[in-house]
Amino acid sequence: MNNLINFLTAGILAAAPLLFGVLGELLTEKSGSLNLGVEGMMFMGGIAGIMGPYYYEKAGGTNPYVALVIALVCALVCAGLGALVFSVLTITLRANQNVTGLALTMFGTGFGNYFGEAIGHADPSGFLSVSASVKSLFNSPVFPDPLVNLPVVGKLLFSHNFMVYLAVILAMILAYVLGRTRTGLNLRSVGESPATADAAGISVTKYRYLAAVIGGAITGLGGLYLVMNAAAGVGGAWVHGCIDGYGWLAVALVIFAVWSPTRALWCSLIFGGLACMRYYYPISFIPASIYDIVPYIVTAVVLVFVSLKHSRSNQPPESLGLSYFREER
Amino acid sequence: MQSVNAVELRNVTKTFGSVVANNNVSLSIKKGEILALLGENGSGKTTLMNMLAGIYFPDNGQILVDGKEAAIRSPKDALDLKIGMIHQHFKLVDVFTAAENIVLGLKEKGKFDRKAISRQIREISARYGFDLDPDKKIYDMAVSEKQTVEIIKVLYRGADILILDEPTAVLTPQETEKLFAVLRNMKADGKAIVIITHKLNEVMAISDRVSILRKGEYIDTVETRTTNSQALTDMMVGRAVTLNIDRPQPENPQRRLVVKDLTCLDGQGVKVLDGVSFSAMGGEILGIAGIAGSGQKELCEAIAGLHPVSSGQILYSNPRDPDQVESLVGRSPMEIRNLGVSLAFVPEDRLGMGLVGSMGMTGNMMLKSYDRGGRFFPDTKPFRTLAEEIREKLEVVTPSINTPVRKLSGGNVQKVLVGREIASAPALLMAAYPVRGLDINASYTIYRLLNEQKAKGVAVIYVGEDLDVLLELCDRILVLCGGKVSGIADGRTVTKEEIGLMMTQVGEVRDHDGT
Repeated sequence: MNNLINFLTAGILAAAPLLFGVLGELLTEKSGSLNLGVEGMMFMGGIAGIMGPYYYEKAGGTNPYVALVIALVCALVCAGLGALVFSVLTITLRANQNVTGLALTMFGTGFGNYFGEAIGHADPSGFLSVSASVKSLFNSPVFPDPLVNLPVVGKLLFSHNFMVYLAVILAMILAYVLGRTRTGLNLRSVGESPATADAAGISVTKYRYLAAVIGGAITGLGGLYLVMNAAAGVGGAWVHGCIDGYGWLAVALVIFAVWSPTRALWCSLIFGGLACMRYYYPISFIPASIYDIVPYIVTAVVLVFVSLKHSRSNQPPESLGLSYFREER
Repeated sequence: MQSVNAVELRNVTKTFGSVVANNNVSLSIKKGEILALLGENGSGKTTLMNMLAGIYFPDNGQILVDGKEAAIRSPKDALDLKIGMIHQHFKLVDVFTAAENIVLGLKEKGKFDRKAISRQIREISARYGFDLDPDKKIYDMAVSEKQTVEIIKVLYRGADILILDEPTAVLTPQETEKLFAVLRNMKADGKAIVIITHKLNEVMAISDRVSILRKGEYIDTVETRTTNSQALTDMMVGRAVTLNIDRPQPENPQRRLVVKDLTCLDGQGVKVLDGVSFSAMGGEILGIAGIAGSGQKELCEAIAGLHPVSSGQILYSNPRDPDQVESLVGRSPMEIRNLGVSLAFVPEDRLGMGLVGSMGMTGNMMLKSYDRGGRFFPDTKPFRTLAEEIREKLEVVTPSINTPVRKLSGGNVQKVLVGREIASAPALLMAAYPVRGLDINASYTIYRLLNEQKAKGVAVIYVGEDLDVLLELCDRILVLCGGKVSGIADGRTVTKEEIGLMMTQVGEVRDHDGT
């Protein structure tokens, strides 16, 4: 029983960074842009998110809350900038989305690792890291102890750090905006049929830019989480290549969740669980690397079923990956 | 007091490059009436109305809405003036419900209240006699329902002037009746309605007045009560023009292709070809006339093996083996091609079918014979020679035979396409719209090529848009109307008016089929 609760708790912690990535990419894809640069934007969000508080503390700052806000803002802005470059290239200049996204991944990975290593080597400690108080803010429960200490539910529901709840709230906001508001309707129409949206007076360019940049910024939070969270990595310090394919997993998860933010919630939970299952339920004869492959295999299988089912409402946005040209005679 | 026209166009002119789409057109639309805008393909009906809908902006002339001069620069401007247009190609998001499509892009204040929107849509439906479920998804809808969504979309935005572009083209006769009933309700409600059409019976059935356009020129406006189909056709097609295209007498015609009761369905199960029967002879040019979308494309594709045949026969006599009669139905396109049947189809976008835009002439020459020659490393030499030959003989203007064909001008692209089909030495050559978008000189080159083939004893099927050309080039003319053969006429004796009438209604069959 204890093992199960520990497993589920760890699963939730592992799911949160995925959820950020999924939500950001989902928002982007709903507008019709397929940004394969999630991995890169996570690297960018991660490195900027730790460089911000690092330099704040270097400059003599001691307030961990200020450091936290700086970390969040840096992660959002830096990843958002990556998405902005993607948008300029694909929406305004109509470059190929796949190629641009892959380039962004390569750039972001190099960008993150370069600054991480360079700053780490220059630091007397040999690491790019933040103080324990900042690290603890990213890792300790937000709820008061009496709640956390409740049997079973305390650990499952109330023991997590603030970013876990932030991800869940974001998922719910996204579900509401996409499903229940005019803005969401307009955004979806841009992803489905930009010509129709254009004829209805909706600015395709504006919506695609906003969705890609906001979506990119959200994925940056996933990178920040991976850098700061102790369960996901060292916590509070830069480790070479720390994003480690989470961005790609997020891209796959968007498909697995069939472009629905609410489904993204439990889909990332499943993937989070799969990612840490080997620590809690190891099966001796299965090599650990098999566990790592499972999420990708599951995604491939889901993709096959989605296209076999021919369910019209569970399909990718119709114009996903296509640039929009206004028809001219 | 005299009533103000809902819309008035004064001396409107619109040109695209050197093509004059509308020249000095003036007409008026009144409240509480249905105006039919009649004209052949390319007569500028849709362009004219697009200027009211804000798609195009006129080069010259004035547009007056409710007596005040208006500058309509976007569809939104048009809607602000209460003008709404229902286009031929629907602009709807498939995965949305009817209601979502109807309110899409509206900037209304307050909560996004789906129930209230559905209620409003039901009110509009009830008022005009539509039948629509606001919560049904577009992908579950039939074409007529989608059209209803488009019309309500415009009404929901408060339009008082409705323009419908060929609304009945996609409807069954029953659905057409229903649409007309709705239009009459709207007319009674004081709305001004313009219906763009080329179907005379519909003009007679629904409209109060008819305005006729021909080749971009405004011809006349008449009261529907005081006119008849014959008079309207005359105004629509006009007098025949003399073009002086060579037309040698067919020599020793031999039956090459016999089509019997050919019926084909489209993806939705609608008949696009309905009991088509005719024969094509070697050494003659058979013209195929008809309003766009009457089944010309499907007919060519069915013969070439590209469109499934649901019933009927296509029999082909191979000149190399005259006693053998082969059925083409059920054969693969490659088998049919190897029998000597060749199709050169020039679609609206010209490059869409037959040529690969980013490949040069050599590459495109190879496309149709990729199965011959070297298995892995194809021998390009014969194709380079062929490309050079075509370039010289047809005077294709290109920097090199390896320049991507999409960089060539339209006329040169078409020469490459037709040249390649002719180079395969076909026994039956189908050329669909080969002069589409070409200037006079380039067109004459193509006519000459077709006549050369005819002289060689090839059976040529020419699908064309311009009646004057069909009348001068073809030995016989088959007229399609709504997928049916409405007549086969002798190209030397038939008049333009007769063809025009056959294009718009299935009349008596004038049998000039066979010898």
